Amino acid sequence: MYKRSVSYPCILWSAAFIIIPLLFIFYYGLTDRTGAFTLSNLAAIATAENSKALILSLGLSLLSTAICLLLAYPLALILSGSKIGRSGFIIFLFVLPMWMNFLLRTLAWVVLLDTNGVLDTLCKLSGLPRFKIINTPAAIVFGMVYDFLPFMILPIYNVISKIDINVVNAARDLGANSFQTLYKVIFPLSLPGVISGITMVFVPSLTTFVISTLLGGGKILLIGNVIEQEFMKGTSWHVGSGLSLVLMLFIIVSMALSTKYDNGEGNVL
Amino acid sequence: MKRKVLLVCGCLTAAVLFTGCGGSSAGENGEVNVYNWGEYIDEDVIGMFEEETGIKVNYKTFDTNEDMYPIIANGAADWDVVCPSEYMIQKMMDNDLLMEINYDNIPNISNIDPAYMDTVKSFDPDAKHSVPYLWGTVGILYNKTMVDEPITGWDCLWDEKYADNIVMMNNPRDVFAPALISCGYSLNSTDDQELSEAAALLTRQKPLVLKYTTDEVRDMMIGEKAAIGVIYSGEATICKDENENLEYVVPEEGSNVWLDCWVIPTTCKNKENAEKWIDFLCRPDIALKNFEYIYYSTPNAAMLDLIEDQELLNNDALFPDTSVLSRCETYHYLGEDVEEKYNNLWKQVLSE
Repeated sequence: MYKRSVSYPCILWSAAFIIIPLLFIFYYGLTDRTGAFTLSNLAAIATAENSKALILSLGLSLLSTAICLLLAYPLALILSGSKIGRSGFIIFLFVLPMWMNFLLRTLAWVVLLDTNGVLDTLCKLSGLPRFKIINTPAAIVFGMVYDFLPFMILPIYNVISKIDINVVNAARDLGANSFQTLYKVIFPLSLPGVISGITMVFVPSLTTFVISTLLGGGKILLIGNVIEQEFMKGTSWHVGSGLSLVLMLFIIVSMALSTKYDNGEGNVL
Repeated sequence: MKRKVLLVCGCLTAAVLFTGCGGSSAGENGEVNVYNWGEYIDEDVIGMFEEETGIKVNYKTFDTNEDMYPIIANGAADWDVVCPSEYMIQKMMDNDLLMEINYDNIPNISNIDPAYMDTVKSFDPDAKHSVPYLWGTVGILYNKTMVDEPITGWDCLWDEKYADNIVMMNNPRDVFAPALISCGYSLNSTDDQELSEAAALLTRQKPLVLKYTTDEVRDMMIGEKAAIGVIYSGEATICKDENENLEYVVPEEGSNVWLDCWVIPTTCKNKENAEKWIDFLCRPDIALKNFEYIYYSTPNAAMLDLIEDQELLNNDALFPDTSVLSRCETYHYLGEDVEEKYNNLWKQVLSE
């Protein structure tokens, strides 16, 4: 049993950088410019442009989460079953880019995807149709998938590689074919990792504003951009905080779903 | 009990550490906290000031007036001297965020052309809070090889043949100004009808726009990623130096002229040092050093005598003739409600 005092630095840290800032957001979100209590900042989500931004954000982040899952699950499955995967080298390769700042990596994609950028020039030279996805929602989904894919692979890989091989052997003994083994044994057992991965991709995708600014050319307004604009371009910290509280609801719902299915094994990060 | 005392001590130490950034490393004559636009000074000047005065400079930059305002207004940091634009100075004065400057401590203010002190009076009626630093216009930078005819007015921003070749700025007022002027209204309009007309024009323009950005216009124009960009005059000069195909024009319908001034916010803790900083920057040799680095037009009349390069003096982007100035207008602070109106309309345009 550890002494309780070991946790004091952590409590201090959480108080200073999580609890107190959160209280500030609640305060700003529930008051108006004069400091009087109001719910109008929360209701601001209902205006045409804000709700449109929220719906677009939900759509794009669901899409990128789905793409991440489709890419990551087979990969994790293959890696956990192969010798080279078990050695951790491939996983290391996936973690490697995370050593570099993600802002720089996103900027690199701007250069790659830009009109007359690397990919566009290659298409032009090889006579293929011009490659024009920069400044569209497609580019934003691209950026989200690229940035958050490791967060999907790692928890799924971690859970699958811990599945007892005897369970799989038993399924095969009892006459299940490969597909049935996957569908009835491996997938249900890997669910905690999947749920954990979904949360870890969905939440940052829903709240991002940097990826949409850089790859969307400032032309596409996600809910993260709306909040950023309220804080940085406008001066309404109150509306910005109110919208953040609404967004927090969606995040809490997805976290609640994840804890319901997650027995803790999927959390590797 | 002992543990609790330790914890309290820890908290206090943390509090002192977090609030007193740089406090322990002040120079022999104290320090001054300077909050300026990004890329808006020759950074050697900071070192020269520190060496001459023994005052330690804590220097930080902001990207837009709108970024800077909440930081000052919410007292998020103790800045001693700040460099906002005229409409923001007006707003800060309205909200009692500025101290009066003691001009006796700034003898070098005599170098500033009195004409600019008159402009100061349009937003700071008694001229007690501001010292002009740099000024310029907003205009169009275009690539001569990528357009069919010389650009003279704002209408090219709505010309479909330049689709995906137009770069616009990314803050509400700089975006609305060209639209309002094109509709024949003032760029300080507060009228709902006029603003929604301008917003409709911007919505129509959106499919033609390659990118809304304030920081990247320069790189995009130099790299020939776009044919037409709305840009500040100083940046335009730098672009022209880098790429000779570029030309800058202040549209004939008129545009925005801006004047950035040094002001001292009420959060100031080192007022005398702040005034020494301002005085230092008004010195002709320092103004020239800055000018050669950032290329924005200067109100420092004494500095002009130090410029030897006649060609530079004839540069229209740097020293526009008076006809350009007479058709331009400064931004006025329009109040929080109107500001919110601009902001919401801009969001509507973006969400289309």
